[in-house]
Amino acid sequence: MNRFDYIRPATAAEAIAAAAQPGSAYLAAGTNLVDLMKTGAARPERLVDITRLPGLDRIDWSPGGGARIGALVRNSDLAYDPAVRRAFPAVAEALLSGASPQLRNAATLGGNLLQRTRCAYFFDTASACNRRAPGAGCDAREGENRLHAILGWSEACIATHPSDVCVSLVALDAVVEIEGPDGAREIPLEALHRLPGDAPDQETALAAGELIVAVRLPPQAAAVASHARYLKIRERTSYAFAVVSAAAGLDLDGTTIRQARLALGGVAAKPWRARAAESVLEGAPADAATFARAAEAALAEARPSGDNAFKIELARRLIVRALSDALAGTPGQPPALPASPFAAPAGARHVA
Amino acid sequence: MSLETASPLAPYPRHGSNAGQPITRRDGELKVTGQATYAADNHPEGLLYAVCAVSSIARGRVTHLDVAAAMAHPGVVEVLTPANRPPLALDPNVKHGPFGFRLEVLQDDTVRYANQPIALVAAESLEAAVEGAALLNPRYEAQPARTGLEDGQRYAPAGVGVGAPPRTAHGDVEAGFAAAARIVEADFETPAQFHNAMEPHAVVAQWDGDRLTLDMPNQALVMSREAYGAFFGVPGANVLIRSPFLGGGFGSKAILNGPQLLGILAARHLKRPVKLVLSRAQMYGPVGHRGRTWQTLRLGLDGQGRLTALRHRSLAATSSFDDFLEPAANASLHAYASPAILSETEGLRLDIGTPGPMRAPGEASGSAALEAAMDEAAEACGMDPLDFRLANYAETEPGTGRPYSSKALRECYAEGARAFGWAGRPLRPRQMRDADGLLVGWGVGSALFPCPHFPAEARATLRADGTALVETAGVDMGQGAWTVLAQIAAEALGLDPARVEFRSGVSDLPDAGVAGGSGHTASAGLALHNAGQNVIARLTELAAADPASPLFGAGNVGVTARDGRLHRRDDDSRSESYAEILARAGQPLITASGRMARDEEAVQSWAMYSHGAVFAEVKVDPDFGMVRATRLVGAFAAGRIVNPRLVRSQYYGGMIWGAGFALHEAALADRRTGRIMNADLAEYRVPVNADVPSLEAILVPEEDRYVNPLGVKGVGEIGITGTVGAIANAVWHATGVRVRRFPIHIEDLMGG
Amino acid sequence: MSLALSLNINGQPRTVDIDDPRVTLLDLLRERLHLTGAKKGCDRGQCGACTVLVDGRRINACLTLAVSLDGADVITIEGLADGERLHPVQAAFIEHDAFQCGFCTPGQIMSAVGLLAEGHAGDDPERVRELMSGNLCRCGAYRGVTEAVLEAQSTLAAAAREDAA
Repeated sequence: MNRFDYIRPATAAEAIAAAAQPGSAYLAAGTNLVDLMKTGAARPERLVDITRLPGLDRIDWSPGGGARIGALVRNSDLAYDPAVRRAFPAVAEALLSGASPQLRNAATLGGNLLQRTRCAYFFDTASACNRRAPGAGCDAREGENRLHAILGWSEACIATHPSDVCVSLVALDAVVEIEGPDGAREIPLEALHRLPGDAPDQETALAAGELIVAVRLPPQAAAVASHARYLKIRERTSYAFAVVSAAAGLDLDGTTIRQARLALGGVAAKPWRARAAESVLEGAPADAATFARAAEAALAEARPSGDNAFKIELARRLIVRALSDALAGTPGQPPALPASPFAAPAGARHVA
Repeated sequence: MSLETASPLAPYPRHGSNAGQPITRRDGELKVTGQATYAADNHPEGLLYAVCAVSSIARGRVTHLDVAAAMAHPGVVEVLTPANRPPLALDPNVKHGPFGFRLEVLQDDTVRYANQPIALVAAESLEAAVEGAALLNPRYEAQPARTGLEDGQRYAPAGVGVGAPPRTAHGDVEAGFAAAARIVEADFETPAQFHNAMEPHAVVAQWDGDRLTLDMPNQALVMSREAYGAFFGVPGANVLIRSPFLGGGFGSKAILNGPQLLGILAARHLKRPVKLVLSRAQMYGPVGHRGRTWQTLRLGLDGQGRLTALRHRSLAATSSFDDFLEPAANASLHAYASPAILSETEGLRLDIGTPGPMRAPGEASGSAALEAAMDEAAEACGMDPLDFRLANYAETEPGTGRPYSSKALRECYAEGARAFGWAGRPLRPRQMRDADGLLVGWGVGSALFPCPHFPAEARATLRADGTALVETAGVDMGQGAWTVLAQIAAEALGLDPARVEFRSGVSDLPDAGVAGGSGHTASAGLALHNAGQNVIARLTELAAADPASPLFGAGNVGVTARDGRLHRRDDDSRSESYAEILARAGQPLITASGRMARDEEAVQSWAMYSHGAVFAEVKVDPDFGMVRATRLVGAFAAGRIVNPRLVRSQYYGGMIWGAGFALHEAALADRRTGRIMNADLAEYRVPVNADVPSLEAILVPEEDRYVNPLGVKGVGEIGITGTVGAIANAVWHATGVRVRRFPIHIEDLMGG
Repeated sequence: MSLALSLNINGQPRTVDIDDPRVTLLDLLRERLHLTGAKKGCDRGQCGACTVLVDGRRINACLTLAVSLDGADVITIEGLADGERLHPVQAAFIEHDAFQCGFCTPGQIMSAVGLLAEGHAGDDPERVRELMSGNLCRCGAYRGVTEAVLEAQSTLAAAAREDAA
């Protein structure tokens, strides 16, 4: 790990001013950044510790039922918050399927949004990686790429975004509140992460020094609470990143889908909102045929970036399953194995 | 007083002894309180931290290291490279001793695998040493890495594993195939796997003149003492290795490696104690692994489903510069009755670190292929896989015809099948689903492991207060030596284990041999047993010759030792405590030595193996191909069980390794660079708790009068054998898909 | 750069001067304070051997920069037993042979203590398995770990009922 300056500002304004300097990085729990610094994939000159900034560790509710989640709220606190679980169960299930209890206890929501890809060629400083070193090339393209992107990738980069909770959040139209040198702004989460194109190092829409202070879930997102699931295919029963994951939510009018939410994880450099599939679903009968059509629509643009064609079919099947499970109803309590196909839904159905 | 003789062969151990009891671990409290001291937990005064820089290419040479940048980093005190590395007394490019491997100790600038040490940085702090190593920023002249079947160099090896022949033939397999009613042939592929003991390899080295103290995890203390001493030109007696606890070994800590030698060298060069701990990533190269194999099984079968011939060929990967080959094909030599068996191994040289023995070397990867092939043969014959195995049950050792010293495999099959609920299993695949629609499959595999013994010595001392001290340089890497060896010694001494002090885990004690081959309990245990019996014999002499003792004249009828007293065999009421005997004789203590010894004629006459049967249930998501080993039941017969609690743990651990082999573990080398892209514990997936929800280990009683005087066989490795095949066979039974490349992947089972 | 940290470690207030912000909590405990119970198995948050409690929550000490913890309360395996009396989790680990080599054990035990405090597993072994999956055990002592956690939970619950009565 390189040497760096460590500063711990007391206010957001001080933090932003410090972080706007080149070579700076924000430090929250560090569960991703410290790891990247150990492998050498990240070598910041200055760490701006934001863990003491006031007011960022709260969950506030709007009168209409929307939530404003501070960027420093820990993953486990968010996942086990009863009100979050009631209104946004797919957020809770996604969180609980990620990492380990220890990591969830430390990791923050803001950090989760900004975690970097797990692509081995990104971590390995001896490999060429356009994301880490612009213009270097992409050694993953012809390398060990069984788990790489199937949507939105480019010749410059085939990495995926590893977050679980972002998949549920993006499905639910989450909004990211940002403060920066030029004041405050907000953007949809869907617009936070960028597809690689020919500049994969431009990972997010954040400008230098900009700080995520909160994530808002609009009240409308709770409309799918009683029919919402997050499902995750892994190569180990627990403590593994997604091969492919899906967040699905249905708002039903009898047997007809009034509103659908669908997003995929592990498929692209960003949490992938499947809007084409949602269009297929909305207004259609909630049945297997509709779900299959939605899956086709979601993957219409998919293509393998390497030895990973199976992920396209896997994602199709996962979408059908996630929608079917959502139709069956949100489990009354999170399954023993959250998001796992091996988890039989436990307890009575969810009451939002 | 010392008796340097081995005890004569004793009859089967007496009843009512403490061995056989499921006592908890004697080191348990130290381990649950954090007080058990592992190598890297030591902090001698004046300690420096050393970190290896390792190569990122697999073949070529290092052309430049930015030593100045590293030295300029605050806290860095030295950078060792081939340019300034102090001399060693031995050439690391030469194999030394019976377990010698060629090592990389900065002898030159060549690189022969990724993660090879290419420099060492020593610093006042760990942080400085780590960053100093990163700042070296090596440049290379790289040659194309040879990483697979296409570019590796095939060769005919002189031996496989640890000195086994590369080809063994019993009978005429071609005649057997010609006579067969049916032939089953299948190709299997097993990946590179890494031991990944939770404790990384570490050393804390301190020199005092020409005396060396090493805190390091080590599976062969006395042998290693000599080997390390030789590299530094000092006698083995000058080297003290302290290894009271190993954080796992699995074969990776029995062999010298370059990084640990470099740490010791740095300590001598810098005249300060040095601590060197490998990072997890650095363990993927210089400290051994289970080498890749490509195996072909060919089975000839008669009309009744009996083998007419069994041929097992394996192509095994090794490094470009050394020769350890996974002896997978040899797993077929001892398993099933067949009039003809042929095992053959060919080598494949790649630009990789040299493989080495990893838990059940050969037996694990070989039995994976054999048990899967047997399942395919059972299917071809339309037979239940368990019935098929019974039809091919070896009543005597295949090939040699020797009788077994004991073999309760039939009982293992029966008890395992009963506990598992095997009866009623549908013959055809894809017949079972659970309530949630998951595919369910059941599979079986036979488990087998030989019973090697190693030279070992021990010393026992009976003290005036009637307590005892027993000593041997044993190794506890988790299997339970602190407990089990003490139980054996206490039994031999007729004492409660609580009255026996056991010293072990340090190299200045009598040589306990190597903890490997599942032979440590038997080997070191026999030495302790004999030392204890020799003490009792000496004590008996004292009492029997003393007219004041109630045991006077008991020499001919003999005595038994129990609860700290000697009793006349013909009159149990006539007894005397050890303390009384010693006090009257005016002796402060009695010391005796013992060695591992067994009847060599019996060793030649009988075939000796532990056996078992593993039954696996898997559930498979029909759409996603995700697999979970939902139930594993193993029934094992391994002679006398010294401590059932600890033995069960060994079996569970082995079975979990089997699950890892079948479903999770594989190192992925980039085919262009030879660099392992998942050299960690996130993407190299060892099983987690949730992967193995139900484990059962059945201890099938087995009495063995021939394997050794204790009747003890080995339990450390057998659990993995059979399990891999059982899981693969269960996956077939669930899905109808035969996956012959391990580990089984999602896409293998996704179907059309 | 010299940084003075106030930490409460195993109930003892300590002021720790560190000269390097790179020091992780794990390396601070092990290499500078010589509290070597927490173990380094991967140094990357992938194995759980370094698990300790910070402000009552189980975390991976290897991924936490010590400087960021100024003012924190840290409990390590060394601070768990009440004098000579083992914590119920420790006792249950011995009884159920929930370890072999012992290297992952301090992390497993601290993780189990954290799990019980979190209170999300109930008496469901499947939930215990899932919530202990952040602690790898290469020896494969998982069955014992799960049994030990469930037994310790019963012991603690019984003790709590006794206290309440």
